[in-house]
Amino acid sequence: MEGLLKKKDFYAGLAMVVLGAGVTLNSTTYNLGTLMHMGPGMFPFILGILLTLVGIMIFVSGLMTPLEEGERILPESMEWRGWACILAGPLMFILFGEFFGMVAGTFMCVFVSALGDKTATLKGSAILAACITVGGAFLFSYVLKVPFPLFRWGF
Amino acid sequence: MWCFVGVLVGNMVGVLPGMGPLATISVLLPLTFGIKPVGAILMLSGVFYGAQYGGAICSILLNLPCHPPHAVTCLDGFPLTKQGRGGAALGITVISSFVGASWGITEMIFLAPLLVRVALEFGPSEICSLMLLGLLAGSTLARGSPLKGVAMTLVGLLLGIVGTDIETGTPRFTFGIPSLFDGIELVGLALGLFGIAEFMKSVNQFSDVNTRYSNVGLRDLRPSRDELRRSIPAMFRGTLVGSLCSLIPGTGPTIASFIAYAAEKKVSKTPEKFGTGMIEGVASPEASTHSSVQGDFIPTMSLGIPGDAVMALILGALMIQGIVPGPRLISEHPDIFWGLVASFWIGNIILVVLNVPMIGLWVKLLMIPYKYLFPSALFFVAIGVYSTNNDMFQVGETVVIGLIGYLLLLLDFHPASILLGFVLGPRFEENFRRAMLISRGDIFVFVEHPISAFFLLLCVILIGAQIYVRLRKPKALAGLPDESSHGMGRLSEAE
Repeated sequence: MEGLLKKKDFYAGLAMVVLGAGVTLNSTTYNLGTLMHMGPGMFPFILGILLTLVGIMIFVSGLMTPLEEGERILPESMEWRGWACILAGPLMFILFGEFFGMVAGTFMCVFVSALGDKTATLKGSAILAACITVGGAFLFSYVLKVPFPLFRWGF
Repeated sequence: MWCFVGVLVGNMVGVLPGMGPLATISVLLPLTFGIKPVGAILMLSGVFYGAQYGGAICSILLNLPCHPPHAVTCLDGFPLTKQGRGGAALGITVISSFVGASWGITEMIFLAPLLVRVALEFGPSEICSLMLLGLLAGSTLARGSPLKGVAMTLVGLLLGIVGTDIETGTPRFTFGIPSLFDGIELVGLALGLFGIAEFMKSVNQFSDVNTRYSNVGLRDLRPSRDELRRSIPAMFRGTLVGSLCSLIPGTGPTIASFIAYAAEKKVSKTPEKFGTGMIEGVASPEASTHSSVQGDFIPTMSLGIPGDAVMALILGALMIQGIVPGPRLISEHPDIFWGLVASFWIGNIILVVLNVPMIGLWVKLLMIPYKYLFPSALFFVAIGVYSTNNDMFQVGETVVIGLIGYLLLLLDFHPASILLGFVLGPRFEENFRRAMLISRGDIFVFVEHPISAFFLLLCVILIGAQIYVRLRKPKALAGLPDESSHGMGRLSEAE
């Protein structure tokens, strides 16, 4: 039983069952209709049930197969910094882009995500970010004319 | 013209380590919105080729299979590089991909209109069964466990539901967020799954690439006469395998290349030498990959049923341009279809012309370290998603999808099937409802119509074959080539 908690299929099946059941329950809040005149809830209802079944099958196949040698869910080394920076990059783009315009958004996005690499330095990341900002502003603002002001100041 | 830009950019991005065609196309997708539909689709297919070919360079010179179809090419390509014949291997790759693709295009010109004539007779129930077959094949024959593939397709179908219901106008699964009323954006989904999730997986994983062997100049590209003589028959064999594979829905280029390699090994007089740098082992899989890739366009363009995630993405791009894929595409938008065919030829020629003199540049690009690459790509992701609708909310949506995508990757789910389900989902539901309406709620309509019943039968055979293979060979990975040869057997049965 100890090995069970280390198995990928245990969590994979569980996640699918939860998702499927959630969808099924949620879709009953819409009008199901009849098979002939299907309401908006019918199709998700069917899909939810199917997903739950598949989830159970994954779960059971996880129970039946022995734990593989060296099977692990989490990768060898935890790259918290890398992950956080990659997710934070686009968020910075939203934040700074919304309030200060495209140049600031781009710079912060590249700068923050570049810091995710283990060997990155502040200076190197800043240089990279500056280069990308210049190139990106040229490409998207002048060539492709994306309606997004380069600079703005607004809250 | 757009095709040229597409091939150039696609090749450039595709050669970068860690950027497969899926990531490349999703990143470049937003760039095409400003262009007219014809130009956009030409550019995208150009990008697709370029990326395909770029992946081959990467795997031959660096032994890094940037995307699965090229995994086989590594086996013999990299030893060749070590022997100093990497240039020749690349040259052969150019030629064999050209041969393979040319055959695939010819096949498309003749087969697609034929298929369309049949498909125009289809009613909703037939379309439904066909889509079911496409979805099943696409999800179970792909990488990894078939069960998980099915689960991912279901998730994709569910994601396709988010938004306003077409018939009644009820918003579904929007959690009251107005930005979700229009549904989840395809670009956001693709970039989240294949952009952000992939970056999270590979950050800090790339050690310094070994470029010791990759000094390839123009002159090295010419294969010796002996190599050429040995690889030409291999190319044709590969092409044959590839085009056969493309006839089975869902068998993408990966499986085609594996079968081609196995077949080449069987045919060869010296099978034990494979893996030590046999030029045939490069020529045949490459030719088969490219011919099957071309073949994949046939169901995509004529029936509107994509065979794999890449095709789903291209189909999605068409829909964004306001074109409804399906059997009427060829008659309603002949410019797109024939333009695409023409662009395939042109694209392939450009690919040859471009790669011969510019190989040195590609090799230089290979050396760009990953730590500069992914931040720049993230910026492209962010602005690309933003520019589709000028909506910051979607950037956030993409980040969330990326995080979920990474968690799914950790659990051994392959998110490619999500895209397949997502693109087909709304049309599947629409046709399902219509079929039910016509048949007055009789679920057996799918079995009573002969064509539809035939597709369903194929589905059953498909599932049966999967179970059979799994019972006989419990090791999932070892089953891959076997599974596909099984598919070949099924094809001959069907014929």
